[in-house]
Amino acid sequence: MSANLAALLYLVSGILFILALRGLSSPETARQGNLYGMIGMAIAIATTLFAVHLDLLSIILIVGGIGIGGGVGAVIARRVPMTAMPQLVAAFHSLVGMAAVLVAAAALYAPEAFHIADALGNLKHLSLFELSMGTAIGAITFSGSVIAFAKLNGNMSGAPIILPARHLINIAIGVFIVLMIAFLMASGGDAKLAFWLITIAAFVLGVTLIIPIGGADMPVVVSMLNSYSGWAAAALGFTLENTALLVTGALVGSSGAILSYIMCKGMNRSFISVILGGFGEDGAAAATEGPTGNVKQGSAEDAAFVMKNAGKVIIVPGYGMAVAQAQHALKEMADLLKEEGVEVAYAIHPVAGRMPGHMNVLLAEAQVPYDEVFELEDINSSFSNADVAFVIGANDVTNPAAEEDPGSPIYGMPVLQVWKARTVFFVKRSLGSGYAGVENPLFFRDNTMMLLGDAKKMAESIIKALD
Amino acid sequence: MEAVDPVIFRLAIFVLAVFVGYYVVWSVTPALHTPLMAVTNAISSVIIVGALLAATATAGSELAGNTAASGGAGFSRGLGFVAIILASVNIFGGFLVTRRMLAMYKKKER
Repeated sequence: MSANLAALLYLVSGILFILALRGLSSPETARQGNLYGMIGMAIAIATTLFAVHLDLLSIILIVGGIGIGGGVGAVIARRVPMTAMPQLVAAFHSLVGMAAVLVAAAALYAPEAFHIADALGNLKHLSLFELSMGTAIGAITFSGSVIAFAKLNGNMSGAPIILPARHLINIAIGVFIVLMIAFLMASGGDAKLAFWLITIAAFVLGVTLIIPIGGADMPVVVSMLNSYSGWAAAALGFTLENTALLVTGALVGSSGAILSYIMCKGMNRSFISVILGGFGEDGAAAATEGPTGNVKQGSAEDAAFVMKNAGKVIIVPGYGMAVAQAQHALKEMADLLKEEGVEVAYAIHPVAGRMPGHMNVLLAEAQVPYDEVFELEDINSSFSNADVAFVIGANDVTNPAAEEDPGSPIYGMPVLQVWKARTVFFVKRSLGSGYAGVENPLFFRDNTMMLLGDAKKMAESIIKALD
Repeated sequence: MEAVDPVIFRLAIFVLAVFVGYYVVWSVTPALHTPLMAVTNAISSVIIVGALLAATATAGSELAGNTAASGGAGFSRGLGFVAIILASVNIFGGFLVTRRMLAMYKKKER
């Protein structure tokens, strides 16, 4: 195949990837978009296979590798529960990062195969810079994603781990990486040790960057690592002179960056403050100063009675719903209410859950129609004419202190104004504070009734009481 | 004026693609942000093209007098093989899990 034709085909595949993302602007076009993505990938792989020289061993390696990897991927995709989606995405990010490291190393050791060697078999400075960036970003993505996975999957506590002088450590590692990149470039690619030192230092940096970030900030971390995996791919796209890889890297990089921005805005935090980490470490002190007063506790029967006679109920799900796997019971409860003539809607806060869009996927899994599910800015004005706000597993995202108490750590964060509803039911395991470690004054309001218990069991009891 | 380095053209493609990505991703509905992450995962595994090149590296081939390359080619093939496995997990896993998620988004039956 001529190099020009190959380049054009890579361009086509890049454009198909753009269309894959474009399709996600609405659920109707999204399935079509996903198909475009698959076609784009097939074109990119086929083009590469036509352009390279295949001998028996390489055919075995390629068929075997795609067979093993593809089989594992297909099984995972079929079996993974929807509640585990955040950790699955983190795991996938780590694989992209690792693949980037391996490809960069291969390019360094066999530059002829990547057409980046000059007549003497030496690498150009620019190529060395690109693959150093590829391996450094890839390695940070890998180890950072492994930590994010462990935190999301519960293998590791979600609490921030604060090393002494951690900023200094990170800066030192960063400077070391820059020096080693310069050294590798100066050596014309002979200093292989420098390459591995860059990679190892970047693995360490990935760990030290992510461990101080707490569980509630994971939506930002997952988005940020998504972005990194894109930039790593783009760096190698320069090395490989491959348009498909360049375009994809740019798309994924900006996608992750935008999601990080949306998540930060949803928490009214700056990106820098999230990255520096440590949020929630002094939460215990803040919680003791919160307002106290009488808490009204209710039963499932009370909630069933009030909601049955309501005109409009808005359901506010949060991470607790995901943990308890309560989405199916919740949907059943909503169906029974609809049979009673109650209008039901769902309100989703941008940072509810552990990754962007987490709640939407869980509700979709429970077959909640997506046109009953609303984003914060579309539904916030509706709470004032709702009879009931049913908060299940959410806490900080409903905290009125974010609007009313300038001293609160979450002051300024956009919140769902559930307190404007006539009655608020708050399903919660205990009266403790949320992940941000902030007391919620909503618990003590006159129109709030606490339903203490597991989210799923509570929803099931309400279903029983409605029958 | 001398000829423009091809690197500049690649940089141009990259920068323009960042802008395309910016506008396309802002138009993604928030309800589909999780599928967006899954599908971006899948497409970033197009890095498999690099893995394929690595797995097909041949010893010294067209370059005369480059004897050191043979060991490098074998190592490169090994790295390429592992990278193909990792990228394939992501490609199949990413696209299929996205398809599974998207199949769940349904409109109200009326």
